[in-house]
Amino acid sequence: MTPSKLYIIPIELTDVSVIDPLFTILAQCFRLNTALYRKPIALDRAYDPKRNQYYSSEILAQIINDPPPDAFRVLGVVGLDIYIPVLTYLYGEAQFKGLGALTSTFRLNPGFYGNPEDPHLLQDRLVKEAVHEVGHTYGLIHCSHPACVMSSSTYIEDVDEKTASFCKSCHERLAAFPLRQESPL
Amino acid sequence: MDRENIGILIVDDELSVRDSLTKWFEADGYRVDSAESAAAAMVKLREQAWDVILLDIKMPGMDGIEFNRHIKQVDKDIIVIIMTAYASVDTAVEALKDGVFDYVVKPIDPDDFTHIIRNALEKRRLSQENVQLRQKIEDLTTPDEIIGTSPKLKRVMEMIASVAGTDATVMIRGESGSGKELVARAIHSNSPRRYAPIISINCGAITDTLLESELFGHEKGAFTGAISQRKGKLERGDKGTVFFDEIGNISLKMQMDLLRVIETKQFCRVGSDKPINVDFRIISATNKNLEEAITHGEFREDLYFRLNVFTIDIPPIRERQEDIPLLANYFLRNCANSMAKNVNGISEDAMKMLLKYEWPGNVRELRNVVERAVVLAPSDIIQPGDLSFPFAYRQKEPGGDTLDEAEKVHIARILDRVEWNISQAANILGIDRTTLYSKIKKFQLSKKN
Repeated sequence: MTPSKLYIIPIELTDVSVIDPLFTILAQCFRLNTALYRKPIALDRAYDPKRNQYYSSEILAQIINDPPPDAFRVLGVVGLDIYIPVLTYLYGEAQFKGLGALTSTFRLNPGFYGNPEDPHLLQDRLVKEAVHEVGHTYGLIHCSHPACVMSSSTYIEDVDEKTASFCKSCHERLAAFPLRQESPL
Repeated sequence: MDRENIGILIVDDELSVRDSLTKWFEADGYRVDSAESAAAAMVKLREQAWDVILLDIKMPGMDGIEFNRHIKQVDKDIIVIIMTAYASVDTAVEALKDGVFDYVVKPIDPDDFTHIIRNALEKRRLSQENVQLRQKIEDLTTPDEIIGTSPKLKRVMEMIASVAGTDATVMIRGESGSGKELVARAIHSNSPRRYAPIISINCGAITDTLLESELFGHEKGAFTGAISQRKGKLERGDKGTVFFDEIGNISLKMQMDLLRVIETKQFCRVGSDKPINVDFRIISATNKNLEEAITHGEFREDLYFRLNVFTIDIPPIRERQEDIPLLANYFLRNCANSMAKNVNGISEDAMKMLLKYEWPGNVRELRNVVERAVVLAPSDIIQPGDLSFPFAYRQKEPGGDTLDEAEKVHIARILDRVEWNISQAANILGIDRTTLYSKIKKFQLSKKN
């Protein structure tokens, strides 16, 4: 079976509907069929009690382990606070030119910053970060264009400043990436 | 620089740190690699060039602080950032003293980390740019017009080389057009002050009042026409070299002012009583006989001794005739290139004329004559008819001006006349054979002469 689908795996989300817009938008951006994929993740293996956070690389490793045969890309959307050992937190992580990507809604939620809950804003932010992380799996690097979805975001303001679209240059690079012809595995 | 050309090496014994940082930097588009120990990192350090090294302090074998010293021995410009999970003021101070760029405690805020890396790369870029600019300055300031292979010119070059590295005050003596400013620039561009400017002041070309304002600068309203504050040449020459051309032409009052500046390295702008401290090297030049000027009371003896710590005498071109073809061809190439003229040589007869001419205007005159000939030459070779001399064509007196030169030419002529029969020549010259042999040796005469 030719890998052709982008699977989205929800993990520990308070409201799963937050991922609804991803199916359409990711399908348009990456010209792939998208589908929901439920998979149990052993979160205790990723949990660090000292930090009260979850090691994102461990979750990512579980996501990409034994994917569906037609999976071209796999995106995990996790509702937990994630980290890598050197950094205090992350919005997401991806395998560069690889199969999997992970994004967390934990710090995209306006409530985290003491602001009123805003499901639309959360969805907007999630779309940007999901496109961004999946973009890395296509070999796209951080872009210096502040409005481009591939620009680096270390603060929530950075996420809000950028759009969900690729700049011309990133768009061209994405178009040049082999689509569905070969498995990245 | 493209990010893919920027190399980041991560050295940490924890696989999770290496992997996560590798992914983080890959996403930024950098060339990334990692090593689990100092020994493994040393191998990668020798294999490839790295711009930034992220270094864990606690590693089995050699620790990060010690490895940093090894890194600096391989390439002192590599930016090293120390990472540690256990913050300690002592180790941070030790690391920073050893030239570490920054010291971060894990875990670090992503935004802070991004800024540290950005600043590190900016520092690296600036230091590389600095090296390139210094090289460009050296290329631009390297004097390329001191041309010649004659022993007298070689002596001048040796003197330039020996005095340039010092901060000694230099006086250059030579006839007009002999290249005194070129020598001054050569000293400056080979000195530790070469990255600061060399400021030239032609003391013979301006009046006393103007010279004062030129040297010391002035405040706004100091005199009619002083519509704004202006820095003087001494101030602009701070950390560099100030070259006083035609120093023998300045008035006694200016001599006194200059002496005071040289002694105190301090002066005030015209119209101000606020002293300004300066640090410059002085090179002066003159074609006057300053010793004679001192005896006539025209030049201060104390200033003379201040300026004349090291003297370089530039020989006039007629005393280094063998340099004329080299100089002429050099000027021809330069001029033909800049004017895009297809002139590429000087005929034998034209060269003979250049060799026989007295050159009262020295190298400057030779350059002008050759440049004019390049402009006028109808063919690709300069012919005698293309040469025109600003002074009436005066052939050099055979033998030159000194008694030694006249004696050399006379002995050579007698030897040639008797076809190098030593006894006969000694007889004609009225000296014995031994004396003649010693003269031949002294003047380096041979049959071809």
